[in-house]
Amino acid sequence: MDEIYRRLAHIFRDVFEDESIAVAPELTAPEVPGWDSLSHIRLILEVQRAFGIKFAAAQTANLKNVGELAELIQAKTAAAA
Amino acid sequence: MTDDLYTSLAWLPAPPRDFAARVKNIDAMPAPGAPCRALAGHALDDNQLGRLGRVIIRAQQQGRDLSPLQPFRLGILGNGTLDLFVPLLVASAARYGFALDCIVAPYGQIAQQAFTPDSVINSSKPDAVLLAVDHRGLPLRFVAGDESAERAAVESALAYLTDIRQAIRRQSGAIALVQTIPPPPEVLFGSFDRVVPGTKRRVIEAINRGIAESVSGTEDLLLDIATLAETIGLGLWHSPALWNMAKLGCDNRCMPIYGEHVARLLAALRGRSRKCLVLDLDNTVWGGVIGDDGLEGIKLAQGDATGEAHLAVQEMALTLRQRGIVLAVSSKNDEAVARAPFQKHPEMRLKEDHFAVFQANWQDKATNIKAIAEELCLGLDAMVLIDDNPVERDLVRQMLPQVAVPELPEDPALFARTLAAAGYFESVAFSAEDRERAEMYQSNARRVALQNQAGDLDSYLASLEMEIVFGPFDRTGRARISQLINKSNQFNLTTRRYSEADVATAETDREVFTLQVRLIDRLGDNGMICAIICRTEADENDSGRTWRIDTWLMSCRVLGRKVEQMVLREILMRAREEAVDTLVGVYRPSEKNAMVRDHYARLGFSKLSEEADGTTIWALACSTEIEAAPMAVRHFGRELAEV
Repeated sequence: MDEIYRRLAHIFRDVFEDESIAVAPELTAPEVPGWDSLSHIRLILEVQRAFGIKFAAAQTANLKNVGELAELIQAKTAAAA
Repeated sequence: MTDDLYTSLAWLPAPPRDFAARVKNIDAMPAPGAPCRALAGHALDDNQLGRLGRVIIRAQQQGRDLSPLQPFRLGILGNGTLDLFVPLLVASAARYGFALDCIVAPYGQIAQQAFTPDSVINSSKPDAVLLAVDHRGLPLRFVAGDESAERAAVESALAYLTDIRQAIRRQSGAIALVQTIPPPPEVLFGSFDRVVPGTKRRVIEAINRGIAESVSGTEDLLLDIATLAETIGLGLWHSPALWNMAKLGCDNRCMPIYGEHVARLLAALRGRSRKCLVLDLDNTVWGGVIGDDGLEGIKLAQGDATGEAHLAVQEMALTLRQRGIVLAVSSKNDEAVARAPFQKHPEMRLKEDHFAVFQANWQDKATNIKAIAEELCLGLDAMVLIDDNPVERDLVRQMLPQVAVPELPEDPALFARTLAAAGYFESVAFSAEDRERAEMYQSNARRVALQNQAGDLDSYLASLEMEIVFGPFDRTGRARISQLINKSNQFNLTTRRYSEADVATAETDREVFTLQVRLIDRLGDNGMICAIICRTEADENDSGRTWRIDTWLMSCRVLGRKVEQMVLREILMRAREEAVDTLVGVYRPSEKNAMVRDHYARLGFSKLSEEADGTTIWALACSTEIEAAPMAVRHFGRELAEV
């Protein structure tokens, strides 16, 4: 899980162009400047690319916070392994 | 990078390692136009293009100076999420010298935007409007088996698109760039879809044909996305998941090539297509090296895989010439040697009179391409160089960044396809003059005199980060040394052939000094590129010891990089250690080594004598100091005295 958060931090800083973002499980979209529907798509695309996984639309639409995203990634990567 | 030619933009050089840092730097520059264009010229993926595009957009919003990028305002009308494409389009357009300003219609509003005079699109007075509508954005009904329903569907879709185009023209004065529609890969019956009227496949194909016919003869232009998507693969292009999730009209991996095709069309519209193809010869136009392999040895035959690959390059050059692209040659060769295949080889498709200019010499290619452009009165930005040698490509890119130089894969089978995929000659019209242009340029394969060197060669050489590695002949290098000795024809001062056993003997002979030389640079390891054999002789007057250079040969791939100078420097240093006073060089002319006739003169030797057969003897005092060239030096396999 630590590894997932480490990689997520890298992706978040890249997508939102903000080196100071602290990626934690409780982080939500309204707390990150620029996290709108468009950058959400970019975020999902980058996560898919970085972890080599694919999400279904329903899975990404209802994520409450970064913690749920990380759990989804863990489930997907575990299934792929 | 993926291995896919199209989606990875494989003809563009790989992005610099510090791409992210460079983008960040651009964000702080007061006038970032030129670095934006330079960075956009790499094979960027969708994420990288997006980053660069956002930085350019920010510079536009802040009113920073983006020259020499030229402003172009593009309205975009379409279905799907277009905003995500905008930064990618902006970065792709920078590759072609545009500062693109995209005006995107609000989601789903196509007709409203086209017909309303004061809509966002119309009131922005765009230079062009991109009509990015796919099958989901057209009023289509598919009724399999119903021919009249097919006709009605096609007619209504075409009428809709035509109405929108005309409204845009009327309201904003802009020309329209109309996309064809990539058919979705899902079939109804299977192969039978193409037979049954009213299927998606049939209807969409008929619409695409109709779009092409309807723009013909108008100022509006076709952007053939259907063909692009089919080339890449419809299954990759259409991503149901990304459409459902984000209404993305294509998979994100297809976005870079999509942006490239849009930008390419804008460049063609502005008359910025390239006009001249400069061809390298050895291992590009034919397989092998004419100077070493000879007429019989180069690969050109039908039935030979390598030969056919190079013939495909020739075919492509010929068809380009027929549509008005001027051809020229730039080859590192003796001129007579380079022209021989055009005159004598039966399999050659290209002939001398297909070329406007024929440059075969030993000068660097940047200088030659500049001379070709000047002779043809074309700008450097009209030139394309196709060359299998990565160092030549890199040199021309660095010294003449305006010239397009496609990266080429190892396998020559893909040369022609790569050149076509790069789209340098994208055109929006084809006239009688085009057909005659190649002739207008007087295809007499003339040679033009070189003026000044094209740029600062020394700083380019320094940028190559070369490392030269010297060592004596040894067991490891033996096979390669012997191969070089028996194969090298052009850069070979004496053309003496020695067997592997002879080479082995030389390794331990105390009267013989040997040197094998490797060259490594930023672009890779060139391997062993030079072999030297010197034999010790007592001077006749007993005034000192002499080394006679029995063999000096080099690979032509590393010419023009001051390797000769460094090799001589090394020989002189070793000679001084061995208390040798004089270095004697011999040039024995052969049919193929005219290029090194003045080798020793160039290196500062004085001529001692000349024999009837043209053999010349040269001498240099071992106390001579030779200036170091810009490369690191490493030694192996020899105990070195402290210098």
